Amino acid sequence: MANPSEDWTSPFQPRDRAMHPPALSPGYKTSVLRSPRQPLISLGPTLSELTGPVFTSEDLDPLDNDLLANAAETGDPLGERLIVHGRVTDGAGRPVPHSLVELWQCNAAGRYRHVRDGYRAPIDPNFSGFGRCLTDADGHYRFRTIKPGPYPWRNRANDWRPAHIHFSLFGPAFATRLVTQMYFDGDPLIPHCPILGSVSDKGAIERLVAPLDLDASQPFDCLAYRFDIVLRGRRQTWFENRPEGG
Amino acid sequence: MSASWHLPETASQTAGPFLHIGLYPQAAGLDIRTQERPNIVAGPGVTGERIRIEGQVLDGTGSPIKDALVELWQANADGRYAHPADPDGASTSENFRGFGRAVTDFATGLWWFETIKPGVVPARAGTPAMAPHLTFWIVARGINVGLHTRLYFADEAEANAADPVLSLVEQEARRRTLIAERSDEGELPVYRFDIRLQGEGETVFFDI
Repeated sequence: MANPSEDWTSPFQPRDRAMHPPALSPGYKTSVLRSPRQPLISLGPTLSELTGPVFTSEDLDPLDNDLLANAAETGDPLGERLIVHGRVTDGAGRPVPHSLVELWQCNAAGRYRHVRDGYRAPIDPNFSGFGRCLTDADGHYRFRTIKPGPYPWRNRANDWRPAHIHFSLFGPAFATRLVTQMYFDGDPLIPHCPILGSVSDKGAIERLVAPLDLDASQPFDCLAYRFDIVLRGRRQTWFENRPEGG
Repeated sequence: MSASWHLPETASQTAGPFLHIGLYPQAAGLDIRTQERPNIVAGPGVTGERIRIEGQVLDGTGSPIKDALVELWQANADGRYAHPADPDGASTSENFRGFGRAVTDFATGLWWFETIKPGVVPARAGTPAMAPHLTFWIVARGINVGLHTRLYFADEAEANAADPVLSLVEQEARRRTLIAERSDEGELPVYRFDIRLQGEGETVFFDI
């Protein structure tokens, strides 16, 4: 289960906050009262962050990564059938294997299957928007789903979220815990989104936008989008100057 | 090695108001994993003092947040983590992963865990000894990057005084935001831990 080449007790690189949205992003109004104002306290490495929960296939059900099937009651869900896949690596490009990836999204009409979503678009009785999988030995993950729709949200009077899928990643330790959102290349709402716009680095925004991956599509069945994810790497020390996995 | 192969971390994005669908589906009203109790961290067979942890997540006006997720990560009663980075790591065959999830109640904003009190974490793998503590990670709508904090136990004053992480917090008043008071009035000992995102008594959050 554990990655044999992982250097488990090596400390992680500090998080580069310039690649992330600031806690206070006034264009995203809810952040104003939910953002800490005191500086974060930087920790040296302790065992509490170098460790983290370990998940195995026993934590998963067979259809967890197939959103086309895992909530189907009367037939297939409505919408564009998709494969969403990619590779989870660390900052050095090394795979993050056997690691839990969780995903959630709204349906093709832009409605979440959630007791607190009151948008007028209809529920799809064959779609929950819930997905989980483990990355394989090479860090790959793969889901089947439908393309989520855009939807309006309460921020400014006429704000709409671009189509997006929420991702949750654990990686090898609690220090690498991350939630993010994947967007779809070509979505005209992307430049208007205050949540995506809270990221100031253009490259960081572009890396959240998944390109179409025609080669990975299934002819006459599913289009594919590819979303690669990078988790924090470990600090490079002199003795790590060696072949990968060495 | 050149810096050119250094890839920046994928940007964080808020978990949004509907995080329950993916992270706690029964709270979203979904008929998925309804038998699971992710906020019961330790079953009856696990060694250690059984405790309840509860609190609210409060915004800058002091109002409870109703749509947050709180994750807990902890050592077992011997201060060992069920993870390969711990050279004396606990075995998962002890039926204790040390991981839990709770969501804030949609009406009251209260979250809670039932678990066992962790032990002192001994120094090892080049890392220092630490007082018993729980690690928390909080996400919600309006939180752009998940927030890390720790709970320390008020009845561990001696260990807390020597803790290398608490001592990083310069102001005594801020240090107190990490210390949960114990109440022995209920069926289980209860530690109350309110997480204040902003304003007076803002909880200490860590850049880990």
